[in-house]
Amino acid sequence: MRKLFACVVAATMAVTAAPTVAETPRDTLVMAFQIDDIITLDPAEIFEFSGAEYAGNTYDRLIGYDPKDVSNVFGVAAESWTISDDGKTYTFKMREGVTFASGNPMTAEDAAFSLQRAIILDKSPAFILTQFGFTPDNVADKIRATDEMTLVIETDQAYAPTFLLYCLTATISSIVDKKTVMANEKDGDLGHEWLRTNYAGVGPFKLRQWRPNESLLLDRNDDYWGGAPAMKRVIIRHIVEPSAQQLLLEKGDIDIARNLGPDQLDSVRSNGDLYVQVGVKGAIYYLGLSQKHEALSNPKVRQALKYLVDYKGMEGTIVRDLMSVHQAFLPRGFLGALEDTPFTLDVSKAKQLLAEAGYPDGFKVTMDTRNTSPIMDMAQSIQATFAQGGVDLEIIPGDGKQTLTKYRARNHDIYIGRWGPDYQDPHTNADTFARNPDNSDDAKSKPLAWRNSWDIPDMTQVANAAILERDPAKRAEMYLDIQKAHQATSPFVIMFQQAEVAGVRADTKGFIIGPAFDDNRYYDVTKN
Amino acid sequence: MTIKVDRESGAGTGLSGLSLPRPLRVILSVIVTVGLTFLGLLFVTFIIGRVVPIDPVLAIVGDRAPEHVIERVRQELGLDLPLYEQFAIYVWNVLQGDLGNSVLTANPVLEDIKRVFPATLELATVATLLGVLLGVPMGVLAAVYQGRWPDQVIRVVGLLGYSIPVFWLGLMGLLLFYATLDWVPGPGRLNFVYDGFIDPVTGVMLIDAAMAGEWDIFWNAASHLILPASILGYFSLAYISRMTRSFMLEQLSQEYITTARVKGVKEWRVIWVHALGNVRVPLVTVIALSYANLLEGSVLTEIVFAWPGLGFYLTQSLLNADMNAVLGATMVVGAVFIGINLLSDVLYRVLDPRAR
Repeated sequence: MRKLFACVVAATMAVTAAPTVAETPRDTLVMAFQIDDIITLDPAEIFEFSGAEYAGNTYDRLIGYDPKDVSNVFGVAAESWTISDDGKTYTFKMREGVTFASGNPMTAEDAAFSLQRAIILDKSPAFILTQFGFTPDNVADKIRATDEMTLVIETDQAYAPTFLLYCLTATISSIVDKKTVMANEKDGDLGHEWLRTNYAGVGPFKLRQWRPNESLLLDRNDDYWGGAPAMKRVIIRHIVEPSAQQLLLEKGDIDIARNLGPDQLDSVRSNGDLYVQVGVKGAIYYLGLSQKHEALSNPKVRQALKYLVDYKGMEGTIVRDLMSVHQAFLPRGFLGALEDTPFTLDVSKAKQLLAEAGYPDGFKVTMDTRNTSPIMDMAQSIQATFAQGGVDLEIIPGDGKQTLTKYRARNHDIYIGRWGPDYQDPHTNADTFARNPDNSDDAKSKPLAWRNSWDIPDMTQVANAAILERDPAKRAEMYLDIQKAHQATSPFVIMFQQAEVAGVRADTKGFIIGPAFDDNRYYDVTKN
Repeated sequence: MTIKVDRESGAGTGLSGLSLPRPLRVILSVIVTVGLTFLGLLFVTFIIGRVVPIDPVLAIVGDRAPEHVIERVRQELGLDLPLYEQFAIYVWNVLQGDLGNSVLTANPVLEDIKRVFPATLELATVATLLGVLLGVPMGVLAAVYQGRWPDQVIRVVGLLGYSIPVFWLGLMGLLLFYATLDWVPGPGRLNFVYDGFIDPVTGVMLIDAAMAGEWDIFWNAASHLILPASILGYFSLAYISRMTRSFMLEQLSQEYITTARVKGVKEWRVIWVHALGNVRVPLVTVIALSYANLLEGSVLTEIVFAWPGLGFYLTQSLLNADMNAVLGATMVVGAVFIGINLLSDVLYRVLDPRAR
């Protein structure tokens, strides 16, 4: 249906005269973007893609990194930092002369409060900080302001320094204005109810208005310490339908369209007034094979299925522009990412492996699939190539939340999924793909390895050791080894790494699509 | 969901034994019936929402949350309680005017509905007006020229309106009238640059803009309404013209029409006054039903036109098992149906002397 429509659009656009182009004001960035995933604006709770993007543009964190070179870490709200010899104490010097949008000066006390608050509130992303041994009870001691401009953080073990530093660049580590937040506290909630729909921070932009499922309006922070951005206002409009986004972009009613599919991107490319901007994201697309399924628990079957996916074919068609082939659990751009792609569609090899495993005639298996594009298209391609190897794949379509509920309860055979890193340190993905501390049904932690019932005590040990290795070169080597073993044995058919693509009007420059969702920045956007 | 009230006895609601004055009995029985209808509606929606295999906690905490956070949120939401207890708590809160909070928008459901329902109301009202103003005359014409070309044309137009998917029609409408011809503005209720300039008072953009004296914004909002309202209006037009035609055909074959013609009454009077006059009662039912249907919100139209209305809100909430929002929106839909039914009951009495 959508494809058909896109073709009709393209054809009609081609034969009709160029329509008159509307213009958005020069100091206003107007963007069409699916923002229905935002459920909160409190950085201690934000864990959604567009929520993270909001926080990235409105809240500063202690430190940041260059979106083009993630290994370049620098101070933002902190000017500099030192790490003690035992590797457990981090001391940050705060930047002088920074004021919140409220006018209050920013101090180390605000930074300490923000991190403590995130740990005490204990919302979904809190584990990013609590994994360093902070608990609601000890956090007042472990994270503290020793004077107005000095913040001290003490971890429970001597971790690889980048592990903590990257976690401090995550959305949850955003610095909130203690005075403003506490003035809005209700029943000891540390201002959470209020901050869910309001703003108290320092950043290039500040919140003007959020209407769920409708729009998000940002205003320039004129007093921003790094200099005010060129755009006075940013208007983000929730437009669900990609074809509607395309029409708005071509008409000039918006400057950037964020949710275009391959067909729409083609017509953007062929239009001289528009261009396509691409940014590599960290998200990985994979198949999870449940080890509760008898055939799938056979290592040879697992390897056979890795040869029954048409990686190249999909890359050139249904996921063109949106993904590139990637077959290890660490995305490109991460420390120690393995870039080998040993698997291709190889039916005879797969058949041979299946025969060796005792399934010469294949077997039947189901796959829980989100009924959205491009996941459903990918599933259909996989179904076709599995069939060539004799594997009868039944696709069970469902809404996103529905398939996820089933996956989390370990009730699937195969799940086609997407996993995005939570922070820029390799542990974020190793933690979920290569660790499974307890494979029992009532385990405390339920990583992806657990969801697929993959019991790996040895690999878990190695992954645990890797976060304590303080030499980056040795640490990278450790992750390479884990990924090689993972590639050869795991019940994960890792297929693609995501790219994020936007259609942009030619007069709009400087929009940055970074590797993480909170790296999508409007700060440098200019229009002429 | 017509509310039938037995005016003579109040029977069926168990009130016949009470010796109350008749008007009071009528009102009481209406209240009891409406109350029971609501309770039933809520109960069914609640059960459906809870047996759907979606974990509502997921919508709040996301896919990555650790187990203890999931458990805590489950308890905070009261989802660990038995179903009947959850339902009782919910009904108790509703009786006190608290519809709860939506987990998706972080707002009280009542506020969300105040935000999304006026958008739907605005669209549905204009669409129904268009449907009535064009559909009734078209139906009459089709009946008068039965079997000849005006009838054929009107029937084909109606058939198309009935059978073309609204999603497709909406996109094609945008492509033609917005992208190519530039006659109407694009999706949304306002040009994006006007976003946030009008403080919602009623939530109906036309009224709010007029009240604020912002005529630029008023005309902008009106121009944004034209296309989606025409497309929705086309559907109610298709329905209304078809029903009008068949009602009219029935009347035109009656003896009193022949009598009128024999007596030399002018033909236009026979058609537009005598026949149409007798059609108005069933026609009110048809129009009311089609209006109520539009007020439920038209999800697909709302998606295509980025119209933040009730249908999109309800669907989105349902897909995330956001039960407070689903139940709240369902109650609005229920109230709309009941309200429109009562209203058309009243209209019957005005229009039909026999029902007085």
